[in-house]
Parts: sequence; C-alpha cells; structure tokens
Amino acid sequence: MSETKNLRLGEGLTAACLGLGLILMIVIAGKTHDGAMQFHAYLLAAAALVAIAAIVNRFLDRQETDAWRTGESGYNLGVVKLATVAAVFWGLVSFLAGLVIALQLAYPAIDLDLPWFSFGRLRPLHTSAAIFAFGGNTLLATSLYVVQRTSRARLAGDIAPWFVVWGYNLFIVLAATGYLLGVTQSKEYAEPEWYTDLWLTIVWVVYLLVYLATLMKRKEPHIYVANWFFLAFIVTIAMLHVVNNLAVPVSIYSTKSYIVWAGVQDAMTQWWYGHNAVGFFLTAGFLGIMYYFVPKRADRPVYSYRLSIIHFWSLVFLYIWAGPHHLFYTALPDWAQTLGMTFSVMLWMPSWGGMINGLMTLSGAWDKLRTDPVLRMLVVSVAFYGMSTFEGPLMSVKAVNSLSHYTDWTIGHTHSGALGWVAFVSFGAIYCLVPWLWQRKGLYSDKLVNWHFWISTLGIVLYITAMWVSGILQGLMWRAYDSLGFLEYSFVESVEAMHPFYVIRAFGGLLFVIGTLIMIYNLWRTVHSGEVMEKRAALLQQQPAE
Amino acid sequence: MTFEDAALFSNTWGLVFLVICFSVVVVYALWPSNRETFDRAARLPLDEDADDGE
Repeated sequence: MSETKNLRLGEGLTAACLGLGLILMIVIAGKTHDGAMQFHAYLLAAAALVAIAAIVNRFLDRQETDAWRTGESGYNLGVVKLATVAAVFWGLVSFLAGLVIALQLAYPAIDLDLPWFSFGRLRPLHTSAAIFAFGGNTLLATSLYVVQRTSRARLAGDIAPWFVVWGYNLFIVLAATGYLLGVTQSKEYAEPEWYTDLWLTIVWVVYLLVYLATLMKRKEPHIYVANWFFLAFIVTIAMLHVVNNLAVPVSIYSTKSYIVWAGVQDAMTQWWYGHNAVGFFLTAGFLGIMYYFVPKRADRPVYSYRLSIIHFWSLVFLYIWAGPHHLFYTALPDWAQTLGMTFSVMLWMPSWGGMINGLMTLSGAWDKLRTDPVLRMLVVSVAFYGMSTFEGPLMSVKAVNSLSHYTDWTIGHTHSGALGWVAFVSFGAIYCLVPWLWQRKGLYSDKLVNWHFWISTLGIVLYITAMWVSGILQGLMWRAYDSLGFLEYSFVESVEAMHPFYVIRAFGGLLFVIGTLIMIYNLWRTVHSGEVMEKRAALLQQQPAE
Repeated sequence: MTFEDAALFSNTWGLVFLVICFSVVVVYALWPSNRETFDRAARLPLDEDADDGE
C-alpha cells in the first residue's frame, strides 16, 4: 500500500469542468445587461467555487489511500441522507409558500404591493417547490436507497451521486430565485428558463447513468419492481423535459428564450409534458416508493407480484396519451381531445390495480394499522391515490370537464393527489428512512407521528371539500343564463362567492403546515437523541462485500 | 407522405404494435413457470440483511 494519495480521475475532471464553468459564468456576469442573468451567473460562479473547494477538501481529508481501488465497502448512504434533509426542508418551504398564496387569494392585500411577493411569482415557487423540490428530493432519496438495497450493490460512481443531489438542488435554487425575479417561460410546471433547463438536463442524465450503472452491477439477478417504476420515472422525465423545453435563447447573455413550437402545437406539447409530469414524476416515481416501503413496513411481500408487472406496463402504455384532456374545447383537433379522454378513462384500471396491490399487501397484517402510525400514513396515501385517480378520469370526461375546467375543482383534485398521495407517501417513506439512515432504533415518538397524521388529514379534508364546493359553485355560476339569454353573474360576483371557501382552504393548509412542523421536530429529535443501533451500523457496512 | 398517410399508419399499425407489446407483457406476467421467480422477487425487500426499522 503506497503512502501517496492521488487525486481521482473523477475528482480532477469534475474540478476542471467546474473551473471552466466558473470562467464562463464570470464572463456572462460581466457582459450581460440582464439583472436576473447577472445574479444567476454570480450564483452559479459561487456554486462552482464552493464545489471546487469541496473536492479539494475531500482530497485533503482522505484517509485510506487505496481503499477505493478495491471497492469502497458499504452502501452510499451519505447522498441519501442529503436528499432526505433537502426533501424535508423544501417540503416546509413549499407548504409555507402554498399557505401564503392561499391567504393572498382570500385576502388580496397580503401581496403587500411587492412584485416578488405577488401571487403570480409565488405560485410557481409553490408548485415547483412542492413537486420538484420536495417530491424530487424525496424521489432522489428513496430511489438511490432502494436501488442499492434491492440490488445489494453500492451506488455506482464516486463524485457522480453527489453531483446529482447537489446539482438538482442547485437547479431548484436557480428556478425559485428566477421566479421571484420574474424569470419564467410561462409554461405550467416548466417555468424555468433555458439555462436552468440545460443545467437540469445535465444533472438528469448523470442521475440516469448512476441508476443504470448501479443496476448493472447488481448482485441480485431480478430487478425488483420498485426499480422499474423509478427507472420509468427517470427516463420519461428526461424525454418530456427535453422536448417541452426546446427553446432558442435570445442570446447567451439573456434570460429570455422562445419556444420552437407555436400555437396549438405548443399547447399540446406543454400538456403532453404537463400530464406526464403528473403520470411519471408524481405517479410512477411515488409508486416505486409504495412498492418498496409498504411491503417493508408491513413486513409482508407485495400482494401480487404479477399484478405489479401488469400494473407497471399498463400504466406506462396508457399514461402517455392522456395529456389532451387539459385542452378540451380548444383549438386542438377533436380526435386528439377524444383520444385524451378515452385514455384518461382507461387509466382508471391500472391505477386501481396498483391501489389494490398496495392495500392488499396488508392482508393478514391489518392489525398493524392500529399500532403503527407510519404504516397508517402509507396506507392512507394509497387510499388517496385511489380516490384521486378515480376523480381524474371522471374529470377527463368532456361533459364533466365543461363544468370543472378552469374552476377550483381542478385545484382540489391536484391537492388530493399532491397532499393525500404524494406528500403522505413521502412522509411515510421519510419516517422509515430517517431511523434507518441514522441508525436509530426507531422514531423519537410514534405519538407525534399520530398527531401529524390526524392534523394533516383534517387539513386535507378541509382543503379538498372547500375546493369541491367552490369549484362546482364557480362552474355553475359561469354557465348560468337568465331568461333573456344573458349571463346571470358577472365574473367578479363568482370571485366574491369564493371568499369563505378560500378561508377554509387556507385553514386546511395551515393545519398541513403544523403537521409538517411536528414531523420536523420528531425527525430532529430522532437524529439527535434517538438510541443508536450498533448492530445495524455494522451490518450496513458489510453487506455488499458478500 | 401526407398527414393522412402518417395518421393512418400510426393509428392502424401503431395500435397493432402496442397491442402485441402489451400481450407479451401479460403472457410474461402470467406464464406458469415464472411463478417461482416472482414469488422470490416479491420477498426481495424483506429478505434483505438487516432487521432495520424495528
């Protein structure tokens, strides 16, 4: 064993690329006349500097000289920890932003006359923080954990997994600060401008490569079904993101770009992207979580592994066609609208197949729902998945959509999916992961999980019922005619009628934020004062060397 | 090739192709000799090393 330590190739190349990026950013910051671009260039330059410093530090701190050549032992749990902490942090940010904009809708004066605090800029901050920051980091944490455990192999790559998680969070910071500064390409859920999109593309490709390389070196012959869902999520998001963001920037010194599609083609591409972001980010990815964490927590195998295979493929086959249901009664050709409706209705089958598979996994273990609040959270999330995937196809029927579209019913529907399904299954996974990752015997308090569960459930119920009533009320008011054929209500009258429901919705959101704060306190105490589990620590170190 | 040709091709042969693909998946999932593999696969998360979470 030699005493000299060498800079690894990956470290050297990454540092060199970061150095080039740093120079480019300084040039852009110097030449641009766009204030937001200058800010982002300096931000990226600072990030590159910090990353180079981190690589140098890593090299200086390294103890074992040759350990990596023989293969580093143990799972790479550091990146999983990082993504878990980021998920919890961004979760709180997104729920708080949601509460603020809910209050702004009920009491418009809360925009305080500040441009960056207005609804239009905070709303994408809320949606991106919820979907991409909270949901995305949860998916990074769970996918990178599950792929290692079910493949019995350490995560591939040395710098690469760290690049993925830090790079992804840098994308979030770029996107979020951009929204506040008014930088947006005005596509829902795809608001970030061209340079932020390019950065995400690089990060995402590395994520895919890390995931595939880990699967390739697996010691387990079969690829567990959760990994299929995670892989479908990674691959499809790459495709959707690239196609929907084919934009030409005005110049490399400008934040502004123009999309290559025009008119109805742009609208169709956007909702092909938008609906499949729901289908593959918020559904396939989180189903991956369900297929690992529900069996694990219930200590029962998946109800039917065969059903899970059919579930996977039918979901993949059907989801991709459902996008046009966002564009009923528009310039989109009628056949495309009917296609979107048909596939959306058919989607009900795989969705419920998956839900049944998740719920029935508990057969013979239903009593655990009484004693384990984390399992209860996971199971209720699957129930919410079933409910919102029943509501979705219903709303995709053209006749129903003519009432529901552009109303708060849609907002209620997305939140029964986002809060009930996505957030609850994430909370359940995080409650499982934190004791595992920090090697604790269990959570600090199951009672607090119970409080979190009930307060948040009450919040969700208030939220979605308020939005059902307000949405249907809106829809009916907009289509009411008097005996002479004139519209019975002006638009502002329908806005006025919404006020009580907006207050109830904001209260529901407040309860959800309180539940999240309880979770953060519980996780904090688990990490800082939970009982350490020595045996598990030792096992985790040995495993992949077998 | 006009738009009509492309549309006709995709909504006939595209449909056939996707139906065949899906049938293959269903046959693979239900094939009797695969039962053992799947039963074992279903236990993958549970048969891991450690007694985590407890």
